[in-house]
Amino acid sequence: MTAVSRPTRAALYLYGALILVVLYLPLVAVGFASVSKARYLSFPVKRYTGGWMAEAVTSPTVHQIVLTSLKIAVTVTVISVILGFFGALAFARFQWRFRGLFQKAILLPIFFPQTVLGLALLIWFSAIGVTPSWKTAVVAHLVWISPITTLIIAIRAYGFDPALEEAARDMGASTLTVMREVTLPLLMPGIVSAGLFAFLLSWGNFPLSLFTSGVDATLPKWLYSRMVSGFTPQIPALGVMSVAGSTVLVLAGLILVRWLRRRT
Amino acid sequence: MERLERRMGLLAALPIGLLLMVSFIMPMVVIAGFAIMPQKVFELAHMPDFSSFAVIWEQGYYKSLLRSLGLAFLTTAILFVVCWPLAYGMAKVFGRFTLVITVLVVLLLFVSENIRLFGWNLTLMKGGLIEGHLRAWTGLSFETPLYTWPAIVFGMCYVYFPFMLFPLAQGIALVPDDARLAAMDMGAGPWRILFEIEMPLAAPGIVVGCLLTFVLSAGAVAEAKLLGGRSVVVLTDDVESAFTYAQNWPLGSALSLMLIVIVALIALVPISRIDLDAIMGRRK
Repeated sequence: MTAVSRPTRAALYLYGALILVVLYLPLVAVGFASVSKARYLSFPVKRYTGGWMAEAVTSPTVHQIVLTSLKIAVTVTVISVILGFFGALAFARFQWRFRGLFQKAILLPIFFPQTVLGLALLIWFSAIGVTPSWKTAVVAHLVWISPITTLIIAIRAYGFDPALEEAARDMGASTLTVMREVTLPLLMPGIVSAGLFAFLLSWGNFPLSLFTSGVDATLPKWLYSRMVSGFTPQIPALGVMSVAGSTVLVLAGLILVRWLRRRT
Repeated sequence: MERLERRMGLLAALPIGLLLMVSFIMPMVVIAGFAIMPQKVFELAHMPDFSSFAVIWEQGYYKSLLRSLGLAFLTTAILFVVCWPLAYGMAKVFGRFTLVITVLVVLLLFVSENIRLFGWNLTLMKGGLIEGHLRAWTGLSFETPLYTWPAIVFGMCYVYFPFMLFPLAQGIALVPDDARLAAMDMGAGPWRILFEIEMPLAAPGIVVGCLLTFVLSAGAVAEAKLLGGRSVVVLTDDVESAFTYAQNWPLGSALSLMLIVIVALIALVPISRIDLDAIMGRRK
């Protein structure tokens, strides 16, 4: 019993639907703009074309930029998941002296303005004589994303029973075997969602890449530089494709996580 | 066994701890160091003279700090009011629809914020998605709301919406239905229940949501650039131009430091009181 009257319930549903519409409105606009034939966009769109998409797909500059973004996102995913896996054990599972402090320290980078973090890292890199490139962008993304993967895996780590590990150890399994045969499979759904988050957040990140990737432009950074210099139909075309790619990945990830949950 | 756990904990925390030490703590130390250096130097090997803070005062940079904090406060307040009913629905009413909302909102987080803001540009501009269709269908027209400060606040509300919504929903889920029903039985009106039962019991979620929204929007930059069209200069704009065009690291560092200190002062007290084990669902 929630004691919420029927009209209130209906109003809440309506409100939720309305908010979803508003949330997706800008993407609808980007979608229309990507297939509008006119060089100077104005709504309502009268003639449609797939030409801008085709142009974006075949452009060598775009290939280069997508490759850089992918390189960064894949590296960040692999490293942040490994860091997050161990971090989550320290966060949720082991009872050790500085656990409380560690839990709070992990939150700091997430609660931190990203623009300021990006600029601070830029200054730090030049102070120690490192030229910014896609590799420094990886470091910058890691500072923000590994705490997030840690939290996601930690949620899963809270949910499992430490007795399972103890049982394995009592039966003579070494620490390494316990980790490989018990801990890792149990945390797998968390690890997959963390990897998904890491990849997508790195792929879409703008403020950190803007300052730390040097001459290696990522997709959001490149799109931004085109946006501030005026409208070209390539911007929405690439934007739509990037969003479509992320959506497919999210759906694939959701199915994988469900399948893993069912297995354990 | 106990000793093993202790050592394992430290060991497991080490990799991410090292990462944050080298690429989070150290940069902050360098920023703090540069903040007290003389103007326009590029090494820390100078006599500290605190001149940046004098410049901030004399040239009115503190105004953009106040402006950023004001916009962030407004964004937080608006988002709280907008998100509360939806979060309430998600926690107590919706059932399956909650999952739909969650997936759709999280999906949006993965779309680069500048693509989404660019979309608002196309939606709200003269001849854009809304005005263009309105004119074609009814002949009516309106001036674009873009390039004003309310457009910036709107953009920040839009981008940071999930950071308010999810913590609020989590917080409201903590409110037991019995408490509401008991208050109702005793004749409390809906507003009284809201202010005296629901909000106090949902406080952890409210604190986390407001904090996240405030901190993130105080450091926001893309909204002002893409929707504000440089009509409003926010603090992060000043920080960026000090570091890039002006090549004045000490001034940029001092401005960053002021933002960091203010944000830290606001965030530290609630963060230190929150029991993370309880929020994240430790087994009893």
